[in-house]
Amino acid sequence: MLNILTNNFGTLMSGLGYTLLSSLIALVFSLIVGTVFALMEISPAKWVRVIGKTYVEVIRNIPLLVITMGFYVIVPKYLLPVDGFTAGTIGLTIYTSAFIAETVRAGIESVAVGQMEGARSVGLSYAQAMRQIVFPQAIKIVIPPLGNQFINLVKNSSILAFVAGFDLMYQGKIIANATFNTFDTYLVVGLLYLVLTMPMSYLMRHLEKKWVTA
Amino acid sequence: MQSFIDAYSQVNLHYLLEGLWVTVEVSVTSIVFSFLIGTLLGIARYVNVRFFSAFVGFIIDLIRNLPLLLILFFTYFALPRIGIRLGVIPASIVAMSIFESAMLAEIVRSGINAVPTGQMEAARSNGMSYVQAMLHIILPQAFKAMIPPIVSQFISLVKDTSLATIILLPELTYHAQIIYGQDVNYTIPMFVALAVLYFVVNYALSLGARLINRRLNHA
Repeated sequence: MLNILTNNFGTLMSGLGYTLLSSLIALVFSLIVGTVFALMEISPAKWVRVIGKTYVEVIRNIPLLVITMGFYVIVPKYLLPVDGFTAGTIGLTIYTSAFIAETVRAGIESVAVGQMEGARSVGLSYAQAMRQIVFPQAIKIVIPPLGNQFINLVKNSSILAFVAGFDLMYQGKIIANATFNTFDTYLVVGLLYLVLTMPMSYLMRHLEKKWVTA
Repeated sequence: MQSFIDAYSQVNLHYLLEGLWVTVEVSVTSIVFSFLIGTLLGIARYVNVRFFSAFVGFIIDLIRNLPLLLILFFTYFALPRIGIRLGVIPASIVAMSIFESAMLAEIVRSGINAVPTGQMEAARSNGMSYVQAMLHIILPQAFKAMIPPIVSQFISLVKDTSLATIILLPELTYHAQIIYGQDVNYTIPMFVALAVLYFVVNYALSLGARLINRRLNHA
């Protein structure tokens, strides 16, 4: 098992790097997209709410693989060429943004209504009140579930293996095919995933406990 | 437009629905297994027997933090090397069940935790054994609270079965790929069909869960 790790150390580390890179890019963009859709979902205008809700419900109920493969197969054919890494990361972003939208919406809704009313009656506009009063309070509630979303992202980024995205799973597959030692290879790949996800998940559990009791 | 009409021929639609049926079969079988195993694991973690509960908890954490795709690869490609050869459908069910059991164990544990401790104390002081109290008093109440999270777990399971395409499980996504592999013009229609079919199944499930939830909360 150890020689799988030592013989392919460079390949595995580059896979780990791409996994982390893809997850981080997808996290940043899905935070932005997710927050926009969360705000749409609670918007005072009905048609904006409908658009927000539809996006979230549709994306949440479709497999990540279908979104990613759809992007990977259809976009290069009709629009512009994309490589596996880009297509995979965009697929991850679209998929994750729907879950983040739900998390952020729940966070905003858990801030007492009086906060918004109070801010408005003091003379702040809706946008100002949202940005300066409601948002800062919501962020603390939202961080542990967002951390869990990031763990899911790292796990889900294994979808890049389907579209030749050079991630850890993809490299593992290649090493397994080259050495025929599937057992040890996937064991090593599993351990490398755990190195990324386990500390994160214990940290999030710690934060949840700390902030819920505080 | 013509490509849509051609792509949705009766033969192709039938083939897609056949795939959907495999998706449903594998998902339902896996959720049943994971429910049983997950309940046992959840209780094992809840009862707080020294070392044992911590060990079970650690295993659950390990599995929850691995990608399902990796577990799938492991059961299908790695296990044969130590002499365990599974067919495509059993391998998919085993992989899904391992992953989902760990997920359900956490749901079961937090469901049991949500039942007030007074329930257990009252049951015990009425003369029930720990096991009796667990089976007749605690679990029935816990299961009620667990229905919504279990349904959403089932929805992700239905979505996740698409990953088994990679080991050529003849489920919905795989069948769609075969169809658009025959004719490039069918690509978009097939992805639209996939999106619609998955959405309909999963949205129906989540609506069902909401309905059950409302019923239970009113009762």
